[in-house]
Amino acid sequence: MMQQPIEPGQPEPFVSPHPYATQRALERRAREAAGGARRETLLYLDGVTKSFDGFKAINKLSLVLQKGEMRAIIGPNGAGKTTMMDIITGKTKPDSGEVFFRGDVDLTRHDEASIASLGIGRKFQKPTVFESLDVEENLRLSLAGSRSVFSALRHKRTTEEAAKIDEILATTRLSDKRHRLAADLSHGQKQWLEIGMLLAQDPELLLVDEPVAGMTDAETAETARLLREIAQTRSVVVVEHDMHFVRELGVKVTCLHEGSVLSEGTLDHVSADPRVVEVYLGR
Amino acid sequence: MIIARFLGPRVWLLVAVLLAAAVLIPLSNLWLPADHPLHVPSHIVPLLGKYVCYALLALALDLVWGHVGILSLGHGAFFALGGYAMGMYLMRQIGPRGVYGNPVLPDFMVFLNWGELPWFWHGFDQFWFAALMVVLVPGLLAFVFGWFAFRSRVTGVYLSIITQALTYALLLAFFRNDMGFGGNNGLTDFKDILGFPIQAGTTRAALFAASCVALALGVLLVGAVTRSKLGSLMTAVRDAESRTRFIGWRPEYVKLFAFTVSAVMAGIAGALYVPQVGIINPGEFAPVNSIEVVVWAAIGGRGTILGPVVGALLVASSKSYFTAVAPDYWLFVLGGLFVFVTLFLPRGIVGTIDHGWKGWRERLKASRAAERGTGAPPAAPPQSPSALPSPAE
Repeated sequence: MMQQPIEPGQPEPFVSPHPYATQRALERRAREAAGGARRETLLYLDGVTKSFDGFKAINKLSLVLQKGEMRAIIGPNGAGKTTMMDIITGKTKPDSGEVFFRGDVDLTRHDEASIASLGIGRKFQKPTVFESLDVEENLRLSLAGSRSVFSALRHKRTTEEAAKIDEILATTRLSDKRHRLAADLSHGQKQWLEIGMLLAQDPELLLVDEPVAGMTDAETAETARLLREIAQTRSVVVVEHDMHFVRELGVKVTCLHEGSVLSEGTLDHVSADPRVVEVYLGR
Repeated sequence: MIIARFLGPRVWLLVAVLLAAAVLIPLSNLWLPADHPLHVPSHIVPLLGKYVCYALLALALDLVWGHVGILSLGHGAFFALGGYAMGMYLMRQIGPRGVYGNPVLPDFMVFLNWGELPWFWHGFDQFWFAALMVVLVPGLLAFVFGWFAFRSRVTGVYLSIITQALTYALLLAFFRNDMGFGGNNGLTDFKDILGFPIQAGTTRAALFAASCVALALGVLLVGAVTRSKLGSLMTAVRDAESRTRFIGWRPEYVKLFAFTVSAVMAGIAGALYVPQVGIINPGEFAPVNSIEVVVWAAIGGRGTILGPVVGALLVASSKSYFTAVAPDYWLFVLGGLFVFVTLFLPRGIVGTIDHGWKGWRERLKASRAAERGTGAPPAAPPQSPSALPSPAE
């Protein structure tokens, strides 16, 4: 069909956009608006789902962490806490949903090593340190800096490095264990060393999985102090079963159940929530 | 002085012993009269040279197994490839002196009625090219193999099995006449190396000395790498690979580096081995050879630098002895030795001595501290245990 020349005086013909185009434009605007809100967050999970052999470990989980916030995550066994950590740190890729760090870094596109370099540190449930190396060397390997094999080969120790290590040793109360092999530390000290290794990475966000499991009461109190100290300068997510410990932290609590958020708020609010009570006390 | 402290006294001692051997054994062989008590007979020199090559191979394996925790059951493949590269050079040096007198083609090619030299045999008439290939072929194979294996996160026993499959596949390939490496018979009947007759006592002595120097350089290299931050990183990868990943390192590159360097060292060992034993054939790719290397490192003590060297020298020389005295029993002796070491000396010979020495020193310090403790006046107020001087200080 030939296009008609527009005659002078006549109004220009209005071309109505394709309905899909309108819909897409609206969607894009909504996405941008969401992105704007998202940009202010440190960690943003939306509609994340992950299933293993049909079992939904994470089911449409949405969670937002603000910059500088400390959050405790509780939930019964199998609630998806560790899988959530795996997704954030790149160990597991979600089936669907969005995971953003610092607002616009899509974590699903990165692997563990590059997520660690972006500034997310993770402490495992079982203390995982380099047992055949001494405490100082454990920290040295964790210090922020180049992660290339050849730079490690040429590496020379510097005074700044030593100063940082001193500082972390003091924070984690391990100064007198400096030259001990990590294998010779007590369980609690290994946990602190691992937290120290996270600090050495200088991350913006720390994910800490059950830090006080197997600790004595004194060690638990010390760990709470350590985490509160860390939380002054960084964002921290703590997964924990120990309610006394969570109370000691005194932060906002998220309760997970069957892979999604059941309740969120202060510990008192969450523990008064009838759904939480039901989940914990059984049906 | 700084370097001495950097590498530790043991590495320097080992290097000094090797360099002394490189000088003294050829001197004794060539200059001392045959009836002198310190004379090293001519048939012993290449035998010792062979052991030194094995020691370098064991050291190479230990770089990946002892330090990074990758149990390679296919290191014999890199050794054999280095050996074949040297063998090809030695074949080309034969020239018209072969049985068939062909100036270009090695005997087996004439025998197989090949008209011209296959493309991959070109350049091997030059020593520098062969030397380059000794390093490049095993290094490249290890790099490509490691790239795929480590990036796909193949670890543990699965990795061991595919390294074993690698050497077995090469064994089958090199057995074929069509491969162009002499098939079943391999490459042999070498005449000279760099213009020197290969059977001559002086050449043998020089090859022995070269092997010692190569091993000394290998020891220095492994010592320097393991003492660097990369060395700590290797230990870290061995102990807790996922932890290294979550603090931002890429363990696959650490492994790839160690594996490639190790393969190059194994290739050099093979290249020095071939002129001293006078033959290279596909048997060198046999999986059992690679397993024997693992046994050397395990018996000597893995991750100790000195251990694999001691293990290789010890086991290889006892193999020579037992296969001469009671050839049927050697495999039982080897198996028995491995079982014994695994059960009673899990750290290997050197590792056990080290551990015992360290434990003894700590006990000594502790008992001294305790003596000081009891020697204090009884009127002193009771101290809390944490206030006591720690034995580690």
